[in-house]
Amino acid sequence: MAMQANADFKTRLQTLLPKLVLSPSLALMLVFVYGFILFSVYLSFTDSRLLPSYGWVGFENYSKLWRLSHWETSLINMAVFASLYITICTFLGLGLAIFLDQKIRAEGMLRTIYLYPMALSFIVTGTAWKWFLDPGIGLENVMQSWGWTSFEFDWIKNRDFAIYTVVLAAVWQTSGFVMAMFLAGLRGIDNEILKAAQMDGASNWNLYRRIIIPQLRPAFLSAFVILSHLAIKTFDLVIALTGGGPGRATELPATFMYSYTFSRNQMGIGAASATIMLMTIAAIMIPYLYAELREKK
Amino acid sequence: MSVASQDTAIRTGRAVRVLIYLVLVLFSLFYLLPLYVMVVNSVKPLDEITGGGMMNLPQVFTIEPWLKAWSSAQIGVEPTGLSPYFWNSIKMVVPAVAISTVLGALNGYVLTKWRFKYDTILFGLMLFACFIPFQIVLIPMARMLGLMGLAGTTSGLVLVHVVYGIGFTTLYFRNYYAVFPTELIRAAQIDGAGFFQIFWRILLPSSGPIAVVSVIWQFTNIWNDFLFGASFAGADSQPMTVALNNLVQASHGVKEYNVHFAGAILAALPTLLVYIVAGRYFVRGLMAGSVKG
Repeated sequence: MAMQANADFKTRLQTLLPKLVLSPSLALMLVFVYGFILFSVYLSFTDSRLLPSYGWVGFENYSKLWRLSHWETSLINMAVFASLYITICTFLGLGLAIFLDQKIRAEGMLRTIYLYPMALSFIVTGTAWKWFLDPGIGLENVMQSWGWTSFEFDWIKNRDFAIYTVVLAAVWQTSGFVMAMFLAGLRGIDNEILKAAQMDGASNWNLYRRIIIPQLRPAFLSAFVILSHLAIKTFDLVIALTGGGPGRATELPATFMYSYTFSRNQMGIGAASATIMLMTIAAIMIPYLYAELREKK
Repeated sequence: MSVASQDTAIRTGRAVRVLIYLVLVLFSLFYLLPLYVMVVNSVKPLDEITGGGMMNLPQVFTIEPWLKAWSSAQIGVEPTGLSPYFWNSIKMVVPAVAISTVLGALNGYVLTKWRFKYDTILFGLMLFACFIPFQIVLIPMARMLGLMGLAGTTSGLVLVHVVYGIGFTTLYFRNYYAVFPTELIRAAQIDGAGFFQIFWRILLPSSGPIAVVSVIWQFTNIWNDFLFGASFAGADSQPMTVALNNLVQASHGVKEYNVHFAGAILAALPTLLVYIVAGRYFVRGLMAGSVKG
């Protein structure tokens, strides 16, 4: 009788075990991700300043936020940065992938060179580009010392151009990764179709335009999703490269949120800006994940 | 993906090929440029840099900047160099990578081989968690670490990195185990093998490639993290990235660019080494996992 109960317990344990094993991760995720999201969203409706406080103020933080020129600047910068960053990375990545796909001799070595920036921290990338672009010691100074005395390149110190240096460094860091995604896509394309089209006399240009690039749609989609979420999260690079300056020329929503929350003691407004960042990413990620997971069923 | 490594059928003429090689080499120079700048300038005296010689090879070779960056440069208020922060990063990265990888393997196993109602939704929730802007969790996380008594500690950072790393590790293992033949699992069950026995004896021995992917991914992300380090670390748990930023941004005294470059290389070395040594296993492992999830 006792044996029977024991065996029963064992089978029940076996059926419960998978869920038991999963539960710590689920609990962590529910509390630290979704619970925290709810808490931050809640804070964005409160009068929190230095510390969380629970006086309800409705949409006041949001209306204040949208009236701040600082926020407006960071959104405009984000629009400039994200559109250039995504476009350049995509075209550069696709171009390099197509070129690398032409039975290139040292392909492995070139791939390694294009990809290694991905392994670096944005702080390292930021430091290297910061000093290279610095007019006092970097490119401008070098060119002048080489005899081109009228050479000027002060973008990183120039309010109107500093945002493009952030684009440059960010493209440098991630375009190789996009290249790898497209290269994997190119290697998956069926050669038989290409050969058939070649027999019909199609030019290389037409092969790429009509057959190959349309087949890379999934790679384009993944690249877009990954790049746009990276763009919205960009923080370390700006901190290391320009510190948000000169002035506010390279402030982005992520740096805005950080300074309002932790140095200006405007936690309510900080939480409101974080909520808007989350919404933006959710609008891109949720449809993508939904489609991916449904497909895979 | 069986055709993953085939050559393209496209044929190109000689002139076009020369052009292609030219472009490819030019871009490799673009990608190598910052590395070149960091390396050459980290081994020359400061006046060679400020005198307009950033692109030149060093005239006087010195490892002084490296020694200074490692052990005596001013970081914040202490002239400790980057070495204590390097060890802080190691103490944070090793447990965080190990724990998140183990949890990811177990989650992937459950989500593919012990499926239950709504498991896809749960997985979707985990996956979305990978992509949230971390700004949305900074404030409550700071509170929570305080409540748990982990504010400003390495253990606190380990917890943070485990929590926000599980999504990715679960994704990798789930996609990898999804193509593992379920019949083998069922057969083992009929033979009386239990949940952990099946994992230990059947799945784990063939998990090498995806474990490499998970470890490399987590190691790179956690080592390179700045936001969590800057937000939650205390004076004696700051990771390397935060210390490097403090070194470079210091507003007092002479800017020692050569020391900054040496420090940047020190901060980059571990992940670069991992990439050079194991990068090809990373790509191979990813391919094996992405056959069809």
